[in-house]
Amino acid sequence: MEIQSSSRWRIAGFGGQGVILSGMILGRAVSIFENRHATMMQSFGPEARGGACSAQVTLSDEQILYPYVKKPDVLVAMSQQALGLYLPLLRPGGKLIYEEDLVDIGDQGDLPEGVTAYGVPATKIAEKLRRRIVLNIVMVGFFSAVAPVVSRESARKAVLYSVPKGTEALNGRAYDMGYKYGVDTYGGES
Amino acid sequence: MHSIKEAVLTGIHFIDGDVACAEGAIAAGCRFSAGYPITPSTEVVERLAVRFPMVGGMFVQMEDELASSIAIIGAAWGGVKAMTVSSGPGISLMQEHIGLAVITETPTVWINVQRCGPSTGLPTLPAQGDMMQAQWGSHGDYPTLALCPNSPQEAFDLTIRAFNLAERYRTPVLVLLDEAVGHMLEKVVIPDADDIEVDARRFTDKPPSEYKPYECSEGSMVPDLAPVGQGYYFHVTGLTHDERGYPIMTADTQVDMMHRLMNKIDLEDVTDVRESEVDDCEVLVVSYGITSRVAERAILDARRQGLRVGHLRLVTVWPFPEQIVRDRATQDSVQRVVVPEMNLGQMVREVERTVAGARPVRLVGHPGGAVHDPNVILEAILEETS
Amino acid sequence: MSPRKTQALQAVPVNSPMEDWLRMDRMPHIWCPGCGIGTAVNAFVRAVEKTGIPREKIAVVSGIGCTGRVAGYLKLDSFHTTHGRAIPFAIGLKLANPELHVVVFSGDGDLIAIGGNHFIHAARRNVNITVICVNNFTYGMTGGQVAPTSPKFSMATTTPYGSLEAPFNLAHLADSSGASYVARYTTYHVRPLANTIKQALSKNGFSFVEVLSPCPTLFGRRNRLGDGLDIMRIFKEKSIRRDGLSTDAATVDLKNGPIIVGRFKDQPREAFLDVYNDAMTKALGKDRFRPYGPVTMRNPKGDGDGDGGR
Repeated sequence: MEIQSSSRWRIAGFGGQGVILSGMILGRAVSIFENRHATMMQSFGPEARGGACSAQVTLSDEQILYPYVKKPDVLVAMSQQALGLYLPLLRPGGKLIYEEDLVDIGDQGDLPEGVTAYGVPATKIAEKLRRRIVLNIVMVGFFSAVAPVVSRESARKAVLYSVPKGTEALNGRAYDMGYKYGVDTYGGES
Repeated sequence: MHSIKEAVLTGIHFIDGDVACAEGAIAAGCRFSAGYPITPSTEVVERLAVRFPMVGGMFVQMEDELASSIAIIGAAWGGVKAMTVSSGPGISLMQEHIGLAVITETPTVWINVQRCGPSTGLPTLPAQGDMMQAQWGSHGDYPTLALCPNSPQEAFDLTIRAFNLAERYRTPVLVLLDEAVGHMLEKVVIPDADDIEVDARRFTDKPPSEYKPYECSEGSMVPDLAPVGQGYYFHVTGLTHDERGYPIMTADTQVDMMHRLMNKIDLEDVTDVRESEVDDCEVLVVSYGITSRVAERAILDARRQGLRVGHLRLVTVWPFPEQIVRDRATQDSVQRVVVPEMNLGQMVREVERTVAGARPVRLVGHPGGAVHDPNVILEAILEETS
Repeated sequence: MSPRKTQALQAVPVNSPMEDWLRMDRMPHIWCPGCGIGTAVNAFVRAVEKTGIPREKIAVVSGIGCTGRVAGYLKLDSFHTTHGRAIPFAIGLKLANPELHVVVFSGDGDLIAIGGNHFIHAARRNVNITVICVNNFTYGMTGGQVAPTSPKFSMATTTPYGSLEAPFNLAHLADSSGASYVARYTTYHVRPLANTIKQALSKNGFSFVEVLSPCPTLFGRRNRLGDGLDIMRIFKEKSIRRDGLSTDAATVDLKNGPIIVGRFKDQPREAFLDVYNDAMTKALGKDRFRPYGPVTMRNPKGDGDGDGGR
């Protein structure tokens, strides 16, 4: 799949799931490792302290003038509440990426028109690695396979750049497993 | 002078404006900060608290903003570059000490990550409601130097510039971020230390017997500082004072002191206004901070519709760049001036005062809590254009 | 020579032992006849002379008020700041330049009312500074208003029918907030006061010296305590020295006595900068931590003169 020149994302879930970190990895991949442009706005205040949590990420080949995402091209939902809040805002032709065991999207037919859904059992994959904490890195691997806004190489570099020292191998594997699940399940380059 | 190599995080980063501001301070040589937690500026001091011990600096969380804002003045007199950081209610509390830094001519940097007011307002959301407070918040007349970044990169760059101007003019310098810039993560390129110009503290070369704290050398309006603890036995006071720094309670002394304070800043040196397609423009947009980015979106759309739109982006907001705004706004080609800002009409008053009725000036205000919808600015640009 | 200076030289006796320590070109001072602030300044200078601290390494910080003017008269590096904020200024100065001996010299209204929050936090934080508080039970500069030190039922312009509130016991406040060294004298006790200030200057940590002082013009007259000399007589007759007394028992009763004076507390603990340098070395390791400024005196017990201060 061709890498898109610009893309607006909403990544949402609960505090502690690594929502903000996954947004940062996306932003870093684009701005540090591809020398393109990215902005990220985070939700602040009590809602970022364990309750609902979300990030708005914009990626572009050009300077980003408006950093807020009103109608995302991609929604990454890691909680049911996030799906309820942001699915109605998803652009026609947009992508819904969700954690299968945390989010029930109901009938495919209920999705807004033109929206394609991509589910991943990220928690289960993370559990295979015996570390649930890498759930968000599995998600990053997965979404970089099904919504290619950045090269696989840059995304993987950004993961290793962003995780604590000494955990690179574990997180690298988490990324790869998420990526592979995406390719195996929904097609694309491996 | 250049920045110190081991202190500067040279490289490409994806960080928010608050963190970039802290890194700018470190690159500029700041080694002391005092502050009190307040959203949305806390990330600046949290970053300093992590980084300062690795670069020979110190952050102290004080008991309130009154203490923070004067601790940095004490630290500056102790010989260290110092800054404080706050937002909204905290900035209101600090106003008295901005005045103290002005009258004692203490080089200091004051970071205001603006949020919505009045009072507690919307702590986590952006506004540009402190623009007039920056100039008029402390009592009395005084010159204000204030810079307004519109990106994390500029938060880094302008914080360095703020420290340099503070040293050059011996005055408090304000950096006015807003929650959007403060909390926005974006690429920030931190150059090599050798490529970062830093103004060093300027001390007198006179011996104590010849030194007067507020006497200027020939051709300068900015007196040299004396180092503390070296036998100069200087006096510093918030009272009106003469060249010796002694309080003198007369109108004459006030006139002399104020004349120098109000005129010591070289406008040409401090003014930074970015122009885009202003020659022959029909509509001139004047903006600053995050709003200048959003306005740029509207301007590009308007140009696409065939309208000639110029953009004056004020990076230095105080002293207000009167000359440039007047010259540009009253060009023959200009029909109207549009001023979008995230308040209900602050800098637009300066534009109106400067343009003095020569052209219609239209405010596109927003009470804060969100940046403008670019379409609202676009409508104002297109409106009334025949 | 300016006319002002000529006048000053005429007004002050030549060969005053204080001359070398004062900005003589600023004399005469603004204090009233019978005021005790000058006596406190005198005791401070004697103390400094005895410590042997190089004069240029002493910095004085004052707030606003009659005592706030002390900084302006002392020929030292001196800072006259804003109302109530001398202590946080002093903390910034000290932390930026740990070689300095930073002394806050200010009044009770300045340090304890508007500046009260800074006072307790500074004692808790234990930055190595000395605070000398001239307590004259009122606001002098603004004309005799009630202070947080004014005795209950005392008269002030803003309590024309008597003060209704209980005053602070400053020694107890400093002690319970964590000060390392706490003492109180009156301007009658010139010699012990000088010795105490000397001791306070040599302590590592936050040291506090309260100096009870007459304000004959605004407090004494309104409260029928007489003139400066009469108040000095009260200090002389009603004072009891109780070194080491628990500060909650170290009360002040101007009318009926006693006025308890002495060195109540001398329990040095590690000062802020020492803790900082130790803790950062532990947290970051010697390689990553860059110590802040020169490391301060490492003698937590200080080098007090031991002249019966306990």
